[in-house]
Amino acid sequence: MLAYIIRRVAQSVLVLLVVGLVAFSMFRFVGDPVDNMLGQERTQADIERLRVELGLDQPFPVQYGKFLGQAVQGNFGLSYRQGRPVADILLERAPATLELAAVSGLMAMIGGIGLGVFTAIRRRGLGANIVMTSSLVGVSLPTFLIGILLIYVFSVELNWLPSFGRGEVVRLGGWTTGFLTESGLKALILPSITLGLYQMTLIMRLVRTEMLEVLRQDYIRFARARGLRERSVNFRHALKNTMVPVITVTGLQLGSIIAFAIITETVFQWPGVGLLFINAIQFVDIPVMAAYLMLISVMFVAINLIVDLLYFAIDPRLRLDRGTGAKA
Amino acid sequence: MNTAVLSVRDLVVEIPTRNGVLRPVDQVSYDIAPGEILGVVGESGAGKSMTGNAVIGLLDPPARITGGEIHVSGQRIDNLPREALRRLRGRKIGMIFQDPLTSLNPLLTVGEQLTETIREHLDVSESEALNRAVAALDEVGIPAARQRIGSYPFEFSGGMRQRVVIALALCAEPELVIADEPTTALDVSVQAQIVALLKRLCRDRGVAVMLVTHDMGVIAEAADRVAVMYAGRLAEIGPVRDVVSHPTHPYTAGLMASTPLASLGHNRLRQIPGAMPRLEALPDGCAFHPRCAYAEDTCRAEPGPSIETCGGRAACWFPLSHDEQEGAA
Repeated sequence: MLAYIIRRVAQSVLVLLVVGLVAFSMFRFVGDPVDNMLGQERTQADIERLRVELGLDQPFPVQYGKFLGQAVQGNFGLSYRQGRPVADILLERAPATLELAAVSGLMAMIGGIGLGVFTAIRRRGLGANIVMTSSLVGVSLPTFLIGILLIYVFSVELNWLPSFGRGEVVRLGGWTTGFLTESGLKALILPSITLGLYQMTLIMRLVRTEMLEVLRQDYIRFARARGLRERSVNFRHALKNTMVPVITVTGLQLGSIIAFAIITETVFQWPGVGLLFINAIQFVDIPVMAAYLMLISVMFVAINLIVDLLYFAIDPRLRLDRGTGAKA
Repeated sequence: MNTAVLSVRDLVVEIPTRNGVLRPVDQVSYDIAPGEILGVVGESGAGKSMTGNAVIGLLDPPARITGGEIHVSGQRIDNLPREALRRLRGRKIGMIFQDPLTSLNPLLTVGEQLTETIREHLDVSESEALNRAVAALDEVGIPAARQRIGSYPFEFSGGMRQRVVIALALCAEPELVIADEPTTALDVSVQAQIVALLKRLCRDRGVAVMLVTHDMGVIAEAADRVAVMYAGRLAEIGPVRDVVSHPTHPYTAGLMASTPLASLGHNRLRQIPGAMPRLEALPDGCAFHPRCAYAEDTCRAEPGPSIETCGGRAACWFPLSHDEQEGAA
């Protein structure tokens, strides 16, 4: 198992290198940042000087090498637009995105698994059919539209919840949190629903399909034939067996919650890294964009690694090096 | 009837479909006494497994019991509410499934599966349940039971897993065990061990066993009496020796003639012409008449009446007398 982990970590590093290369090389061709940074009144000399200052005059591999070397030390350079270290800007923005992603991820997971089990067990029931039909809305409506609809109903018409921003935040060391104030919590509700709804319906439909498959298995029949309670059959025996595929997809979905927060953050003007990224694109702020992409890929890779390790926790058949004889 | 552990009377199971109602089990009656093994044989789709599922209350909807009665130890169980029936399962009626590779939950240890079953039915502590679980594994012949209690099903071989399945079916001390093709998925050498184990447990505990199989060899080896099913009906029931050597129903005779026996050498096997009719297209009268050499107009009009045979019953208009045996089928 240790060898497995080492192999997986090595693979992850390779993935990160490739993502770094792709991100970095793509931005070479996005446009010349120097145009944006200097005003109308610029001379050729100004342009050349800034190019040298930013290291843009050097060959591509050298620039990439430098970028990587700095990146592993947490140094992504200076933002072209704000002139401050990118790492500082990202750290400042990260809590907003992570809190939003955590709330919507939790909502998606609890709601998705709960409703998935419910619709699988009562698959002919009225309630399950209503849930299944309305889940189509979550799957098919685009995120920004759901966000705008929610704003219209709860902010504009009912005036219950704020339509933008994070509300008041409390500073705890380097972290800012919206969990501790009423306005902060209120501000979280609409964006988390917007961000988590799609993932929730996806997880729900997956859990339902997997549950229906598992409930047909012989060991479920045998569990019933031994007179176990329905609750035990459904949750102890069936749900656990659906977990491997569900965790795979849920893990990937949590990654994409952070990545797709861009849209939700734009709709709700949520001061997180997604909004930062959108603004960075407008200004061809390459260091910010590159750092953001690296951050997202690190998260994806980390989640994938955790998912792979969770398989071992769930399925004893994968823990083959326990040293017990397979044949009696 | 009152001394029987299982008593089935005129059981009817029906499946409503778009094209009418199917009857996979039709007017089936039999008893099983304590310590007795009743073999139930027949072709695939004859209603053997469906009968077993009906008794333990695990028919897959839309299949349901629409007629007859089932009594276990004198208590009528076919009309019990779901929750009451659940409590009987495992406690009064145990069930053994065909495929030991898929009958055990792969993610729980055998100890967890045993203790949860024991604690569901018997009011014992966790440690007492564990002791009983070890004893149950020991009883079915798992070596070093106490060490294996924490093993997962995949760590056992097929034959050992079927022993675990049997231990699970018996761990809450049921009075009746329904064994649905318990040896079909096993190697021949392991089959004999499992049959011997079932026989021993049945004798030691006085459990009544309903042994569903299509293997006449297993029946001859293990069963006290045998019930032959054809197209949902009971063709013949009686002591194994009588049914095997003097079948009364032409179908039974055909079945016996088509069973390979090592002692008979390498003669070409006989076969019954045709195939069992599908449930959607059952012929009128006796369902076997299109394949029966003795069929006459009466057979085409009415199902065979129940007649007494030596030690049992058969449903036939023209039962074979013993000197006709050689020409049967």
